[in-house]
Amino acid sequence: MKLCAKRWPIAILLLCTAWSIVALGDEAQDARARDEINKYREMLQEGNPAELSEARGEELWATPAGPKQATLEQCDLGLGPGKLEGAYAKLPRYFPDTAQVQDLDSRLTTCMMTLQGSTREQATRDWHKADSEMEALVTFVAGKSRGVKIEAANARPEEQQASALGEALFFRRSGPLDFSCATCHSQPDKRIRLSEVRDLLVPADAQAVLTQWPAYRMSQGQVWSMERRLIDCMRQMRWPEPQYQSEVIIALEAFLQKQADGGVMQAPGIKR
Amino acid sequence: MNDALRRSFSNATPEEWKTRLDQDRAQILCSQHRNTPPPEIAAAIVGEAKSSLRYPPNGKLLGDWRKGEEIALLSGGGQLSRLAPERAPKRGGNCYACHALSPREVAAGNLGPSLTGYAKLRGTSDASVRYTYEKIFNAQAYLACSFMPRFGHNGWLTPEQVADITAFLLDPQSPVNR
Repeated sequence: MKLCAKRWPIAILLLCTAWSIVALGDEAQDARARDEINKYREMLQEGNPAELSEARGEELWATPAGPKQATLEQCDLGLGPGKLEGAYAKLPRYFPDTAQVQDLDSRLTTCMMTLQGSTREQATRDWHKADSEMEALVTFVAGKSRGVKIEAANARPEEQQASALGEALFFRRSGPLDFSCATCHSQPDKRIRLSEVRDLLVPADAQAVLTQWPAYRMSQGQVWSMERRLIDCMRQMRWPEPQYQSEVIIALEAFLQKQADGGVMQAPGIKR
Repeated sequence: MNDALRRSFSNATPEEWKTRLDQDRAQILCSQHRNTPPPEIAAAIVGEAKSSLRYPPNGKLLGDWRKGEEIALLSGGGQLSRLAPERAPKRGGNCYACHALSPREVAAGNLGPSLTGYAKLRGTSDASVRYTYEKIFNAQAYLACSFMPRFGHNGWLTPEQVADITAFLLDPQSPVNR
């Protein structure tokens, strides 16, 4: 509710943007649309509602919970127990204790199970809802990588397999509209309607995307993790919904992280 | 990859596998060649697409441009999701997602070329009508591994709806050409 007041000016801005580009030619129109969209994104960056999620995540991190009434403070996200700074920029990665390549959502779930004694079901219930604990924790941990360069994990064969699977999936076409990720994300300077769709095969574009997620989505009124973003892409591709934290999602994240290697994390970002 | 897909989409029904995830020959080849197949494979894809074209039973490839405009504007339909259940079950062409058409609709995407003034560009000869209909029905009848959905071929739109969109593109009264 608190955001309704914020959303109206955005709608008006969008309308103004749309009107102001009516009279221009294709290329000028494209450039103009991009500029306008970036301009209001910058304006909103000053007051990103994701900060609320971040603060809540910080609190949850240190609050005893679950059957064991333990905190997550000893959670190992890849850099050692409780080491949060820069951890997100190196995920997904292989974890020997679970013998899996895990992203942040998946690793947090592991910690909720091992440290707090929760079941998987308890740890992931309602993960997609606004104000879910998972949303807050993901936002908080990702924020701890702000200013840190993405370093895609690629040393282990399991990590290489994950990103290779992600790459193959990126080009895999199926469904009644023949879509793959590449349909929208393999050419420069493209838009669906007024929404930019970046060329994820080009490092600069991939970095511009991957450094912003998790992000507050204005149209949804909540923070979305990269998982949620990818699952929603599949919905728009008219695919069925994959399982949360499933192999295909983590593989796509691994591939995209590799594409975005070296980008400086700025998440949580703000998106349409 | 297929094992990973099976495990990841373990909730999908057999019908959903068949219509949403399993690939036909063109989809397999285009995925494998990352949408730039070598010439002989491209020719096979185009040939197969051409031989499976279908037309409205009444033979009219130019339908009602007003209906075509509605279909072009309609963006929803066909999503499967527990997280965000489908709100608009009616399927549309969602043409503006990728193409500029009527100049009145300013929020057009650019994944495909601008089609504003299409009739002037292409002319309204029988050959032009046929090309336009067939391109919308199955874009790969003209370009192997085109990013454009095979709207008619995949049964997303009916041949009559494809004819309506053809009219929306070619009718002199359509806003595309005014």
